Amino acid sequence: MENVEQRIKKIVAEQLGVKEEEVKNESSFVNDLGADSLDTVELVMALEEEFECEIPDEQAEKINTVQEAIDYVTENAGN
Amino acid sequence: MSKRRVVVTGMGIISPVGNTISEAWGNITAGKSGIRRITRFDASAFTSQIAGEVEGFDVSEYLPVKEARRMDVFIHYGMAAAIQSIKNAGIEDISGLQAERIGVNIGSGIGGLPMIENTDEAYHKGGPRKISPFFIPSTIINMISGNLSIKYGYKGPNLAIVTACTTATHSIGNSARMIEYDDVDIMICGGAESCVTPLAIGGFAAAKALSVSNDNPQSASRPWDLSRDGFVLGEGAGVLVLEEMEHAKSRGATIYAELAGFGMSADAYHMTAPSEDGEGASRCMENALKNARLSPSEIDYVNAHGTSTPLGDIAETIAVKRCFGEHATKLAVNSTKSMTGHLLGAAGGIEAIFSTLAVYHQISPPTINLDNQDPQCDLDYVANEAREMKIEAALSNSFGFGGTNGTLVFRKV
Repeated sequence: MENVEQRIKKIVAEQLGVKEEEVKNESSFVNDLGADSLDTVELVMALEEEFECEIPDEQAEKINTVQEAIDYVTENAGN
Repeated sequence: MSKRRVVVTGMGIISPVGNTISEAWGNITAGKSGIRRITRFDASAFTSQIAGEVEGFDVSEYLPVKEARRMDVFIHYGMAAAIQSIKNAGIEDISGLQAERIGVNIGSGIGGLPMIENTDEAYHKGGPRKISPFFIPSTIINMISGNLSIKYGYKGPNLAIVTACTTATHSIGNSARMIEYDDVDIMICGGAESCVTPLAIGGFAAAKALSVSNDNPQSASRPWDLSRDGFVLGEGAGVLVLEEMEHAKSRGATIYAELAGFGMSADAYHMTAPSEDGEGASRCMENALKNARLSPSEIDYVNAHGTSTPLGDIAETIAVKRCFGEHATKLAVNSTKSMTGHLLGAAGGIEAIFSTLAVYHQISPPTINLDNQDPQCDLDYVANEAREMKIEAALSNSFGFGGTNGTLVFRKV
């Protein structure tokens, strides 16, 4: 079973159309990985789907980097 | 001031009979059907279980996967056909061209129905949070035109026309008008469709418009044959590059044909049925001939709407006789829908291509499955075998729900 970090990096790569090795913990979705505002909404939806959780909009707005996504999921999602 | 003349300098196609111009034209002139049993969904509960589906299409040959995910299939087909046509015309690189004088006008009859159906299902299962932020831009009809202008930097008029099965013909005709009117020098225009889905098949079947000849898919589309029983749904896209003639000549472009005329009319009669006296369709053809400054006797080939419906095929026959008089019997009246099925909003696009190629190669494709001709349909439909013949000028008809008609005239250059 892959850990949270690996699963998130895989989703980010797929959603944003970048290679998995380009996705670093410190990568910003918008500044480093070329996401626009719609991409980030869809990325949050994909995280919700993968980790079977609901990320409220005010929390989603604070998830701007891969590490922030890992932290949020680790703290808030059971699996 | 003399009329600015419009020529065809590029073509691209995705269709049930092939995903390149050479493959599609080869199959069309060989009389090969692209109809088969539906594979896109389980159609076993439907009265009609056949369609002209596109085969062997890989969108990643045309677009990055991430971009493609944000477009429904009709946009994939429209973009692919447009990209082919742009390469064919040699206008991928806009340096040396005036970007403000290049426009895009590619429509669709129905648009992103597959994604509408899937998103509706996701919403009912998971609530509003399951609706993608790309749902709207992946399904609305003007997004082929929008995405194409973004990809190539074409800054001229950008629009999409929606007139059911006349969509692409109207798109092409109105694009020619923009060139004639000196708004632009080049238009990328046509139509795209992909709605082999439960709701589209179910909706057309409920209206009794579709063939139910499920056991013999390849002979189900049989325009003007006595045993015809409705149209077969098809999918794909047909896109032309239209260009002002002197502009095309000055850059040494290949000219396939002149788009000499365009006509429109309304039946003002019924939502789905054609006017039985052919008045609306006849007037549409007359308007196109007038715009082309041609007399009826100068037309050799007609790419008919010819959908294989009991009423429509008779009405079009009456309309052709009404417009052409005695010359009607000298025309080659051909339905390529006998092979492709009916591509709705894309039909006029692929048929404009077939008409252009008929003029360019001096060949009429056959109307296949015409084994027992309806006595009420008494013209020369080029039954079952392609014909090498003189084609100085050709006419392409489209008629749509709502009683909306369009006719294009192509002339040999």
